[in-house]
Amino acid sequence: MEAAIDPSAVIDNAFVEQVRHDMLAFAQLQLRDATLAEDAVQEALTAALTGGRDFAGRSALKTWVFGILRHKIVDLIRQQSRTTPISAFGGDDDSLDQAFDTLFKENAHWHPAHRPATWGDPEASLRDKHFWAVFDACLTHLPKNTARVFMMREFLDLDTGEVCAAAGISTSNCHVILHRARSALRGCLEKGWFLAGERPC
Amino acid sequence: MLNCKDATHRMSEAEDRDLGLTERLELSLHLALCRGCRNYQQHLHVLRDACRGYREELTGGEAEGSGTKR
Repeated sequence: MEAAIDPSAVIDNAFVEQVRHDMLAFAQLQLRDATLAEDAVQEALTAALTGGRDFAGRSALKTWVFGILRHKIVDLIRQQSRTTPISAFGGDDDSLDQAFDTLFKENAHWHPAHRPATWGDPEASLRDKHFWAVFDACLTHLPKNTARVFMMREFLDLDTGEVCAAAGISTSNCHVILHRARSALRGCLEKGWFLAGERPC
Repeated sequence: MLNCKDATHRMSEAEDRDLGLTERLELSLHLALCRGCRNYQQHLHVLRDACRGYREELTGGEAEGSGTKR
């Protein structure tokens, strides 16, 4: 019954602008380079809109262009890791390890002051727009190498083998970086959201 | 016996690969005795859900495979 809708009827300028905005945010988070992100988005949009493909509405188009963008981002990361390899150690990423180490006593068990607490009602948090602002800020604060590897895994939805290959690093370094990213984000969400209202004691 | 720091690494790896039997048993034993690490595990799950929600909100649906369909 449902015929393909004429793309020009649903793809107006405002819609394209919104999609472009979301794509830029997505690309920028992962590439951490405004020019590269801009180019990737432009290429993906051009490919999508000149592909001569029919879309049954806006969400199908959005899914399609993000699919193209995803491939472009992975290609770019792959190219970049050939010239400037992602290193598991050094740079800003080391400061995350130092911060993580302070959570533990000498015997590698939690320091009582830093032992992870229960997060109350996380499901409600995921429905709260203020939570997403904190989440966004936490992602943006991740150092570049850590962010790239983590986002390939979680936002580009690659499996660990693909992530390591694209980043040009060993599996064990991959795991080190992913753990570092998760610990940093966990700490950031705890400080910025889940325990933000509580008094320090 | 795992210490807490090792346990956090083990929990993170569990997000990315299948743990072996011994690895799982060691982790379960540690979690049974350690509330801090049980909370850490909860936080990793919240983080995973948040990443999925963020991705879906931005991309308008599941990212996986969407670009490869014909």
